[in-house]
Amino acid sequence: MTTTPILEARDLFCTFQVRQGMFQPKRPLHAVNGVSLSIEKGGVLGLVGESGCGKSTVARMLLGLQEPTSGTLAIDGQPLEEIGRKQLAKRVQPIFQDPYSSLNPRKTIGNIITLPLYIHSIGDKADWRRKVEDIMDLCGLPKRAYDMYPSQLSGGQRQRVAIARALVMRPEIVICDEPTSALDVSVQAQILNLLLDLQKELGLTYVLISHNLAVVELIATKVAVMYLGRIVEEAEGQAFFAKQRHPYSEALLASVLTPQAGLGVPDAQLGTTFPNPIDPPPGCVFHPRCVHAGAVCKTTAPKTIRDGRGLVECHLYDDAVTV
Amino acid sequence: MTTTLSVENLRVSIPLSAGVLHAVRGISFEVARGETLCLVGESGCGKSLTSLALMNLLPSRAKREADRISFDGADLLKLGERGMAKVRGNTMAMIFQEPMTSLNPAYTIGNQLEEGIRLHKNVSAKEARERAIYLLEKVGITAAASRLGQYPHQLSGGLRQRVMIAMALMCGPDLLICDEPTTALDVTIQAQILHLIKDLQREFDMAVILITHDLGVVARVADRVAVMYAGEIIESGVVGEIFSRPTHPYTQGLMNCIPVPGKTRQGERLGTIPGIVPSMIGEMTGCAFANRCAYAQDICLQPLTTHDIVPGHAVRCARAEEVLALTAGSNQAGTIQSGSPA
Ligand SMILES: Nc1ncnc2c1ncn2[C@@H]1O[C@H](COP(=O)(O)OP(=O)(O)OP(=O)(O)O)[C@@H](O)[C@H]1O
Ligand SMILES: Nc1ncnc2c1ncn2[C@@H]1O[C@H](COP(=O)(O)OP(=O)(O)OP(=O)(O)O)[C@@H](O)[C@H]1O
Ligand code: SF4
Ligand SMILES: [Mg+2]
Ligand SMILES: [Mg+2]
Repeated sequence: MTTTPILEARDLFCTFQVRQGMFQPKRPLHAVNGVSLSIEKGGVLGLVGESGCGKSTVARMLLGLQEPTSGTLAIDGQPLEEIGRKQLAKRVQPIFQDPYSSLNPRKTIGNIITLPLYIHSIGDKADWRRKVEDIMDLCGLPKRAYDMYPSQLSGGQRQRVAIARALVMRPEIVICDEPTSALDVSVQAQILNLLLDLQKELGLTYVLISHNLAVVELIATKVAVMYLGRIVEEAEGQAFFAKQRHPYSEALLASVLTPQAGLGVPDAQLGTTFPNPIDPPPGCVFHPRCVHAGAVCKTTAPKTIRDGRGLVECHLYDDAVTV
Repeated sequence: MTTTLSVENLRVSIPLSAGVLHAVRGISFEVARGETLCLVGESGCGKSLTSLALMNLLPSRAKREADRISFDGADLLKLGERGMAKVRGNTMAMIFQEPMTSLNPAYTIGNQLEEGIRLHKNVSAKEARERAIYLLEKVGITAAASRLGQYPHQLSGGLRQRVMIAMALMCGPDLLICDEPTTALDVTIQAQILHLIKDLQREFDMAVILITHDLGVVARVADRVAVMYAGEIIESGVVGEIFSRPTHPYTQGLMNCIPVPGKTRQGERLGTIPGIVPSMIGEMTGCAFANRCAYAQDICLQPLTTHDIVPGHAVRCARAEEVLALTAGSNQAGTIQSGSPA
């Protein structure tokens, strides 16, 4: 059975023109360098990878906040350009990292959550208060918070407000970019439980970006690993966490510090030669840091291999290549 | 092991319009050479103020009191600001929570690295420069000599954090205090930086105090752990003890609310700690956690002491033994076990 994915991206590119030094000419930086994604309704895609690999840029394109240099995006099979900005905002909503700066300090919580309904003039004005109170309740915010200001709430409550604001429009897709990384672990637990509950109750689809792989393991049904602007591995969550295929994914998982006393800090053997996204290495862009790299890796970029398990971009998995 | 730092009954208070905020309320701990003590606890529990109190760098309104703070045999409480200036950045060094704010954007990496050692030690410019290059290489920065002329904004976050570590090590400190050294970094860089701190600790036989709220970091780098809540140390002991037998209800709560890699199933609900931290303004009697604790009884509101449940494993809970008996076996933190050394 094939269903139309609720969200589909094909060959997304996003190139920025940047200057490296004050007097140097601008050069292209391929922040997103050919990314294809698809998510089924009700699924959770976990997007992981090193700082600067392009995760947030992908998120901004999915939200229509960043124009792709090329490539196509579709929601329920309908191209993004056809959907129009307002309609898109109704269907796709973001939850960002920082619950402190993303709320207007001079507006009450009630106002903040009502604003999207006002902008989109949704439904009857008389209904707004009830709609807002319903969503506040769903997000675990007390009724009295309606007339309070952001400064009167804790960090966890503010993140709940940000979630309520994203959900009041009843979007189908929610893009969460590091939704809990600014929060304490006990508050993080509340927010993760809330995201899981809301997903079940409202049938939401999430894209979740996080450096915390345990959070991804908990929430995501599918995982995509990015490295220098490309997806280098993709698999179902369970299969991925049981075994990784791409050497970068392996290194990433090897670096996770599980709370087990006495095991010491693992050595992911990634070396310290960080890639420069403006001058990416030839061949496989990961080769200077890869423990398995062979001669072919230095000269030839690996093919994208799609199989029953998902996707991997590494010569080790290409039967036609000897590494 | 020789004790490098010994702190007894440290208190930090800050006068506010609403009353006096008792941010650190009578904590005691020690660290020895070659040893790592981790201070864990949630935002606002007093971790940073504790480390600033040791360095005598508290905000000017804040008041520091203690029965004793002895460091390398000297009594820091008796040392004036001139004496402290000789210790700070020299035998006691600190990596601050925000590397961006503690590197001066107007000076080159080289200037900032060399300044401290020129100030504290009788070394020539050439020797200072050589030491800077040596340490930059030690912290894994390639082409170290060429970095000396660069400015902080020209480095990535991971590199900047490495420069901060090199800077803290310039004078060969006896005690290194690291306040959330890896919180803003991704996992691969985090592992590299922690590795580095461990290697350098071994090489220079330093005592290390590491502040974090990441229990994964604690488990992997600590020798001993002190868990803080609302300005107090509520549980402390060797790392294996704390992770295999967390006893204070707050410590148990913390361990239950983190998703454990490899142990959590997709969609599983996490444990939570209901309620919020009490206001730290004014005096408090009894257990600071009582308003959130599932085991709280009348006795918890009486004045309480910290006591050992086994030698070296101290808990500040009126019902520690009962809590332990109730949770043993079904060990709430059952998903977290100590592993054997790799
Ligand atoms: N507006 C912009 N102009 C120029 N370069 C940009 C811009 N936005 C992002 N970049 C660059 O594109 C790359 C990808 O950035 P992005 O923010 O998507 O990374 P990320 O994976 O979200 O990283 P992090 O985990 O640190 O948030 C980086 O090299 C970044 O410096
Ligand atoms: N300059 C100050 N003026 C007033 N209150 C302060 C000041 N500095 C800290 N505090 C308060 O003292 C308490 C302890 O702060 P501290 O910075 O030590 O917390 P922390 O444990 O380091 O938290 P975090 O994990 O967020 O860094 C907090 O309640 C904080 O709000
Ligand atoms: S003293 Fe009482 S309230 Fe405090 S943690 Fe122990 S059982 Fe809970
Ligand atoms: Mg990002
Ligand atoms: Mg702090």
